[in-house]
Amino acid sequence: MSEQELTRKSVEYRRKILKYIYEAKAGHTGGSLSCIDILNVLYNHTLNVDPQQFGSPDRDRYIQSKGHTVEALYVVLASRGFFPESDLETLCKYKSHYIGHPTRKVHGVEQNTGALGHGLPISVGTAIAGKLDGKDYRVFTLLGDGELPEGSNWEAALTAAHYKLDNLCAILDKNNLQITGSTESVCNTDPVDKKLEAFGWSVRHVDGHDIGQLKEALDAVPFEKGKPSFIIAHTVKGKGISYMENQLKWHHGVPDPAQYELAMSELADPEAAI
Amino acid sequence: MDATIENILIGNQANLEVFSATLQQLAETDRDIVVVTSDSRGSGKLVPFGKKFPDQIVEVGIAEQNLVGVSAGLASAGKKVFAVSPACFLTARALEQIKNDVAYSDNPVKLVGISAGVSYGALGSTHHSLHDFAVLRTINNLIIVAPADNFETEQAIRLAAESDVPVYLRFGKKSMQLLSEDEKTFDFGKARIVKTGSDLTIIATGETVFPAIQAAAKLERESDISVRVVSMHTIKPLDYTQLKNIALEGKPIITVEEHSVYGGLGEACASFLLQNQFTNRFCIIGVPDEYTVTGSQQEIFDHYGISEKGIAEVALDLLKDQN
Repeated sequence: MSEQELTRKSVEYRRKILKYIYEAKAGHTGGSLSCIDILNVLYNHTLNVDPQQFGSPDRDRYIQSKGHTVEALYVVLASRGFFPESDLETLCKYKSHYIGHPTRKVHGVEQNTGALGHGLPISVGTAIAGKLDGKDYRVFTLLGDGELPEGSNWEAALTAAHYKLDNLCAILDKNNLQITGSTESVCNTDPVDKKLEAFGWSVRHVDGHDIGQLKEALDAVPFEKGKPSFIIAHTVKGKGISYMENQLKWHHGVPDPAQYELAMSELADPEAAI
Repeated sequence: MDATIENILIGNQANLEVFSATLQQLAETDRDIVVVTSDSRGSGKLVPFGKKFPDQIVEVGIAEQNLVGVSAGLASAGKKVFAVSPACFLTARALEQIKNDVAYSDNPVKLVGISAGVSYGALGSTHHSLHDFAVLRTINNLIIVAPADNFETEQAIRLAAESDVPVYLRFGKKSMQLLSEDEKTFDFGKARIVKTGSDLTIIATGETVFPAIQAAAKLERESDISVRVVSMHTIKPLDYTQLKNIALEGKPIITVEEHSVYGGLGEACASFLLQNQFTNRFCIIGVPDEYTVTGSQQEIFDHYGISEKGIAEVALDLLKDQN
């Protein structure tokens, strides 16, 4: 898919994220908007996954550690044909599988996540299995910057380097905000790049909303043979909606009707984004 | 004598040795068997396994959360994963990973809690696991097994390897005598009657089945009381059918476990009995809710009456009250 097509997709995805969160009156709006461009490029450019052969042992794996931004994952999976988009009308409804965090009951979801600091260890195990079996699949995981203080991330970071997992790529959705305030004020984890490099990872920075940069970085995985890859994607929480960008209250804020109309009007013209 | 697989499997070894030997046998023909350790290959008796199958052992260092998360990832890719760590750390430090990454996520990891209960004795409460049955019983989609002897251990390892459901296996490190030459069937969720009897039933699990048998022998020898002993190796799913059959006789029931008296085998049995209108005389023997006495495993057992003498005394009390 061309950059222009992917850019149009991102606008479409943002509209859908807002639509389903608005209708369900629940969801993690800001973070879904910060990571959606990453998911767009992963699912429409990078990952070797197929809804018809999702059980294939050779598929690439995507494990979303920051499970709370599941709305971004849902709209991308629906657009790739993993399930009918109309399923999302049940988002967070009684007995729906489309709950506020990923579960395998939804076709296309690799792992049940939601508690933070779990995606990386599971991804490490999956990547080790790939090495043991001599398979070519790669494992991608998306981390939030707010979850980095979870110690299990750093345990897994050590193991990934120890086992030279160059079939593993972690992407950090670095939007610099978490529910209490800025990540810097809550528990500063910077410089993340130097920390990961010291742990034995190969690190790159990208603009997490620049489709071209995301494609280029993901195409370059592994950045170094024998090392796991780490992409620091600099993003904006609430990206694409003027009044949501970098605003804490949109961590899991739900727009009212007027706000919803305004947001949709800002996303009315996909060509404007190109 | 060398601890070869053959003589280990005969019996009267530590269950830990049988675990290690059985895994080696399985790994001979199954490349998907993978052991994951947290600097625990020595205490898990897995050094020979690591030497023989270096491509089937993953070491994560002292990092139990990572141990379980990595194991879940391996299992999701089709590996038959045994995550091995002292029970105290595995089931407390990594509880959230057990709950989410293994049980909730249907990743059929075999969680092996070694040196369980008070096996570490005088190392103290940091190293005891008297909570594991209680916390794990509340987690859906997890089989909980405490094998008593070498036979049960070997069988449990073989069943766990092929189980599509996550399993928690728990055992200690002292040598265990074979309990029964006759009763040679084993399945998860099916209690084993290791001694027949008609006046009273002792339902025990793990390493407490042996003192239960000793107590039964003492009661028969000294007081002419006929005691049935059941090895309730599977704490969940509990064998309600067998429990009901025993309760229907109306005779006293004693449970024995190397665990807190809260939330383990005893309370699981009590819950069933009470909710099914059984009024048998009943007593839970385990470790009470207090700072655990210091000492060796045997001394702690003796202190709390998890012993031939202690169990026999409770039995006599229950029978006396009944009359």
